[in-house]
Amino acid sequence: MVPLVEVNDLTVRFVTREMTVHAVNGVTFSVSPGEVLCILGESGSGKSVTLRALMRLLPPRRAQITGSIRVDGEDVLALDAKGLRHLRGGLVSMIFQEPMTALDPVYTIGHQIVETIREHKGGTHAAARARALELLELVKIPSPERRLDNYPHELSGGLRQRAMIAMALSCGPRLLLADEPTTALDATVQIQVLILLRRLQKELGMGTIFVTHDLGVASEIADRIAVMYAGRIVEEGPVADVLAAPLHPYTRGLLASTVHGQSRDHDIDAIPGSPPDLRIVPTGCAFAPRCGMAIPQCRAGIPEERHPSPGRMARCIRVDAPVPAYA
Amino acid sequence: MNMLSPMPPPPVQDPRDRGGPAQPLMIARDLKKHFPVKSGPKGAVVRAVDGVSFTLFKGETLGIVGESGCGKSTLARLLLHLIEPDGGEIVFDGDPVAAPRGITVNALRRQVQMVFQDSYSSLNPRMPVRDSVAFGPYVHGKSRAVAREVAREMLLKVGLNPDLFGPRYPHELSGGQKQRVNIARALVIEPRMVILDEAVSALDKSVEAQVLNLLRALKAGFNLTYLFISHDLNVVRYISDRVLVMYLGSVVELGPVERIFTRPLHPYTVALLGSRPSMDPAHRIEEPPITGDPPSPINPPSGCRFRTRCPFAEAVCAARAPVLGDWLDRESHVAACHIHDPESGHSRAHGVS
Ligand SMILES: Nc1ncnc2c1ncn2[C@@H]1O[C@H](COP(=O)(O)OP(=O)(O)OP(=O)(O)O)[C@@H](O)[C@H]1O
Ligand SMILES: Nc1ncnc2c1ncn2[C@@H]1O[C@H](COP(=O)(O)OP(=O)(O)OP(=O)(O)O)[C@@H](O)[C@H]1O
Ligand code: SF4
Ligand SMILES: [Mg+2]
Ligand SMILES: [Mg+2]
Repeated sequence: MVPLVEVNDLTVRFVTREMTVHAVNGVTFSVSPGEVLCILGESGSGKSVTLRALMRLLPPRRAQITGSIRVDGEDVLALDAKGLRHLRGGLVSMIFQEPMTALDPVYTIGHQIVETIREHKGGTHAAARARALELLELVKIPSPERRLDNYPHELSGGLRQRAMIAMALSCGPRLLLADEPTTALDATVQIQVLILLRRLQKELGMGTIFVTHDLGVASEIADRIAVMYAGRIVEEGPVADVLAAPLHPYTRGLLASTVHGQSRDHDIDAIPGSPPDLRIVPTGCAFAPRCGMAIPQCRAGIPEERHPSPGRMARCIRVDAPVPAYA
Repeated sequence: MNMLSPMPPPPVQDPRDRGGPAQPLMIARDLKKHFPVKSGPKGAVVRAVDGVSFTLFKGETLGIVGESGCGKSTLARLLLHLIEPDGGEIVFDGDPVAAPRGITVNALRRQVQMVFQDSYSSLNPRMPVRDSVAFGPYVHGKSRAVAREVAREMLLKVGLNPDLFGPRYPHELSGGQKQRVNIARALVIEPRMVILDEAVSALDKSVEAQVLNLLRALKAGFNLTYLFISHDLNVVRYISDRVLVMYLGSVVELGPVERIFTRPLHPYTVALLGSRPSMDPAHRIEEPPITGDPPSPINPPSGCRFRTRCPFAEAVCAARAPVLGDWLDRESHVAACHIHDPESGHSRAHGVS
């Protein structure tokens, strides 16, 4: 199958007079139509920057981007203004953690969805309103007719998130980008929205890139997982395989340190230390200072991709080494 | 530094321990806080905390869970009298707080400290962290030199090298390091009780684990009692001895941790537990345990506040508010639900204990 998304050796640097932040340092991945790729990683690992690069949403002056991004065959980094409008208005949609960044507080939900539809697809007001109503039904907003005339602040957090999803779906995107869309929601609401997104993604056959720092969320929605650390994908593979048998020491550490049914009699296996400072270009494995398996060669150069089995990848020179007891 | 031993540390007689080990460190009875709503009908109030009662025993960790806005932080601030309760009573080690024959709010605050979620805003950005930590003891009457020395020791105990980190400013620290400083600041006063309000929630998982380990070690080392507020059920299960579940300003269930997690009584607790992601892609959650969002605390539903989302709601649930039952004991496992009250008339209530 021709991939819907192909990202090759993407780097993003933020350059100001005072400093350079190496936010994304050579990221390569692809997504097939209808597939959900979860980008999993801790704060500052470069998840949002990677996602924003796909829609060219980074500040053009400060962000220096190299590498290539193709979405549905289009060379995203080469698009002109018209091409970008097409990309953002039809091919790709994005949903965020905070729906208020996507919704305008001064217009009703209905007005905003209708305007988005008409801007990108044309048609009459009545047709767009009928479509907006359908979309609210699709995302299971109760009493959708009434909700069309609500302002964003009149909706609860969960309903606002559904309204944003409805708006993102209004132009029939082939690729959905989701940046922690359920992180701010309550537990009982989060699972509703996750199940909804999973169902819509299947029904509509959208390719999806879903950013999260939560292993549990990834396990509910991902087909594949890409684990990011310090601006690099250090491990990738089918979700069940990565969770059951992680290859990279960082992924193993992350799984062990996530509190989930551990015995109360013991400490949790925490990863020592903290993530590296991205103002400094890493010359070896960025995880080496925290890694229990590190050997001097780890710091000598950036580990290459290794593929110990089909569909699995890890950037660690010790993937084939025996795992110490703690992992 | 291994302060976690398999046996509890020998009971050190704390001169401040007035009632002995059997006397609860804190009892909260029917606490209430209603905030007036500015933009709303006249007289409208947010029932942020609406009749909360519990006991906190010496040396235990009581976890408080519940969704956003259910009143966890308001409750924490009430316990420290950072805001005035509109009703109810707090008893600290046998003494009523701010009552004629009780202890003063200042005396309470010397023994109870609080650590918040937002580790950045609670530190003074223009003060090196060693001064931030020394500030408390200095205010409480220690000389500058002594305050500095206890601050050094405390930084060491939370795993920060005082020579390396002491001179730094908050913006030069990672999130986990800042949270260690906040913990140091709370503990340097030598409190008996610490309220941790989402103290690890903003941290990355790998760092959260470090801080949780630290909290457990310090608790054993300093004979502390914790009130641990979090919306993360897995973390609460790991760290708590008992758990209190809140919904819309009131307590819906209270009991020993394993009872709550393996035999929850209240339908809301069941739904909350069932909403946790599976961590197993082969067994995903297919149906959400409950639908809808929590309603507004401004006009909470009559009777049982959970009834608008409860799969078992009946007429009696709208008519009368269920009561929590006998919550005073350490072993009590109680739920405010008509199903668990044999006398309620609910069709599912047949003499369930
Ligand atoms: N506009 C910007 N200018 C400068 N630096 C930036 C900018 N946007 C992001 N960064 C930096 O790039 C790095 C990666 O940030 P990114 O937002 O991608 O992290 P993330 O993985 O999404 O983290 P989180 O889980 O906290 O959202 C961080 O060090 C961040 O401070
Ligand atoms: N000073 C205040 N004035 C008015 N309303 C308030 C005030 N403080 C809190 N509230 C309201 O009281 C309710 C309970 O808030 P509280 O912060 O205690 O909830 P919480 O359980 O800590 O939530 P979270 O999990 O989001 O921290 C909310 O509806 C909140 O909006
Ligand atoms: S390459 Fe070396 S340092 Fe990096 S994670 Fe693997 S073992 Fe650790
Ligand atoms: Mg992000
Ligand atoms: Mg709170």
